[in-house]
Amino acid sequence: MSDRIFGVVGLLLAIGFALAALNIEESFLSDAVGPSGFPLIVAAVLALSSIVIVVKPDRAPHWPSLGRLAELLAAVVVMVLYAELLPTLGFVIATAFAAAYLSWRLGSGILASILTGIGSSVGIYVIFHLIFGLSLARGPLGF
Amino acid sequence: METFANLADGFAIALTWNNLWLALLGCFLGTIMGALPGLGPSNGVAILIPLAFTMGLGATPSLILLTSVYYGAMYGGRISSILLNIPGDEPAMMTCLDGHPMAKNGLAGAALSLSGIASFVGAFIATWGLILLAPQLVKIALLFGPAEYFALFALAFMTLGGVSSTNQAKSAFAAALGLGLATIGVDTQTGVPRFTFGEVHLYDGLDFLVAIVGLFALSEVFIFLEERHGSANADAKKLTIGKLYPPLSMIKQTIPTMLRTSVLGFIAGVLPGAGASLGSFISYSFEKRLVDKDNTFGTGDPRGVAAPEAGNNAAAGGALVPMLALGVPGSGTTAVLLAVLLSLNITPGPLLFSENPDVVWGLIAALFIANFMLLALNIPMVGLFTRVLLVPPRILMPIVAMVSFVGIYGISGSTFDLLVMIAFGVMGWVLRKLDVPLVPIILGTLLGNAMENNLRRAITIDNGNWWTLIDSPLTIILWSIAIVGFILPLVIGRRVKSRMRRDEEGALQD
Repeated sequence: MSDRIFGVVGLLLAIGFALAALNIEESFLSDAVGPSGFPLIVAAVLALSSIVIVVKPDRAPHWPSLGRLAELLAAVVVMVLYAELLPTLGFVIATAFAAAYLSWRLGSGILASILTGIGSSVGIYVIFHLIFGLSLARGPLGF
Repeated sequence: METFANLADGFAIALTWNNLWLALLGCFLGTIMGALPGLGPSNGVAILIPLAFTMGLGATPSLILLTSVYYGAMYGGRISSILLNIPGDEPAMMTCLDGHPMAKNGLAGAALSLSGIASFVGAFIATWGLILLAPQLVKIALLFGPAEYFALFALAFMTLGGVSSTNQAKSAFAAALGLGLATIGVDTQTGVPRFTFGEVHLYDGLDFLVAIVGLFALSEVFIFLEERHGSANADAKKLTIGKLYPPLSMIKQTIPTMLRTSVLGFIAGVLPGAGASLGSFISYSFEKRLVDKDNTFGTGDPRGVAAPEAGNNAAAGGALVPMLALGVPGSGTTAVLLAVLLSLNITPGPLLFSENPDVVWGLIAALFIANFMLLALNIPMVGLFTRVLLVPPRILMPIVAMVSFVGIYGISGSTFDLLVMIAFGVMGWVLRKLDVPLVPIILGTLLGNAMENNLRRAITIDNGNWWTLIDSPLTIILWSIAIVGFILPLVIGRRVKSRMRRDEEGALQD
């Protein structure tokens, strides 16, 4: 069943891709193939393989339970928040929180997670920024 | 001999303190990454790319660092196979079969050092193979025009699915998805934006490094979050390493095995789409059929440890041949290495050998040096790496995630790229669940532009005649190989794969 849904999604993707390819505005300098030729070939392959997947699906994979799925969703939310807040909070603070959260959800105790968070944040800061000179996001406190 | 003169030049480049230090660093980090379950060679190289860039390294030094990581990871994978019965990376799967029983018999140290020697022999022979074979392949590739290149790329995609996936439709889907992602951005030939939906960030196209780190490293974090198996290190403390050096008789007994499987692994590595996992699998089953007269394979036979290790390290070297000579990588990690080259504005392929001989031969010399360093690191110091295995995923995976973020942010400094990376991470997780291979996606995003440009060039040269794609003998040969490579696995691939599965399950249940 998973594969059938996946195939249908793939087919829709292929159709959308093909339509978008047909709508590419032609430029005044165009070659024999044009900007939409190759994408149309790709869309055709995408559509064909999706149809095969719908017709001949594999065994369904083992999907996680709803709780686990919520867990993953929460992790994605934390990562998005991290990406968005990185420029405001600064690297060290944002990273400490994000790493501590992930460590906690992977099964560390509260204290161990906090230590992992601070440890990995400071460790990465020292290695990547102080030693190798990578420019990291600067927060209000300067790090 | 011209080759030897080139090689000597290469050693002159590689033997600077700076490059030696980078090779050592790469070998060390690579072994750690290979040893840790959940961090394979592709992940390892991917998350270190930003480091190479920000250190302001030139092309040759970056490649030396990252290929040392690659070779190192191939060495390191065996450590957790032998000690924990968990392959550190996919190619090390077969090493579990005899490596772990040996460890249980109290011969862990012997198994570790024997597999280290086998890795060395495999990688050493493969590096020679690379030197001898790559220039020949370059001579052929110099005859290629745009139509031939288009056919070659098609060949790479069509054969890639072959062994790495059970379902050809899914690998075709993955390749098309990657190629489609590559078309996002301003069209290089006409200047019109494609599939950008008015988003300015997309005009330059998707950065393939973002895609790679998201698909490989971040999806791994999600897999761990889903399964939360934090107890992977439970057995490690119980096993004693024992004596570190294997008896001389054991080495003597395994030498023929190492030599045979090195050659076999190298060939498997050169073939597109096969890669190191197939190299170790073929080597193990071949040796088992050839020398296992008393049915000792699977119970801790030293030859069963040497065979897959020589095979997978030889395959790792072999996989560099098509990547360097044709610009078409045959495995996940070489695809990541190709991404490094492209980011450094170096186009691999036949011209690389004439235009940047310093890069090619410096790299090859560095491979020899790295190989000796790895032997030195992996036998006397193996105890150090076994200690690394005690780091549980609940500490390791957050670090992997954070290093991925740091790396991508370090390259572009843009939040948008981080969000794209998270999206790729989620996509990677879903696709892995559905058993869709990720390597064709990466290869598609990497090669998409080159493939499209060659197609359009070929057809423009011939005034819009599409038949030009199949009107030279070379193109016909390439397309025939591609079609056979696509259809053959449908017939025999399923059998090989199911045997691989069975052996793997045999290895993992204990």
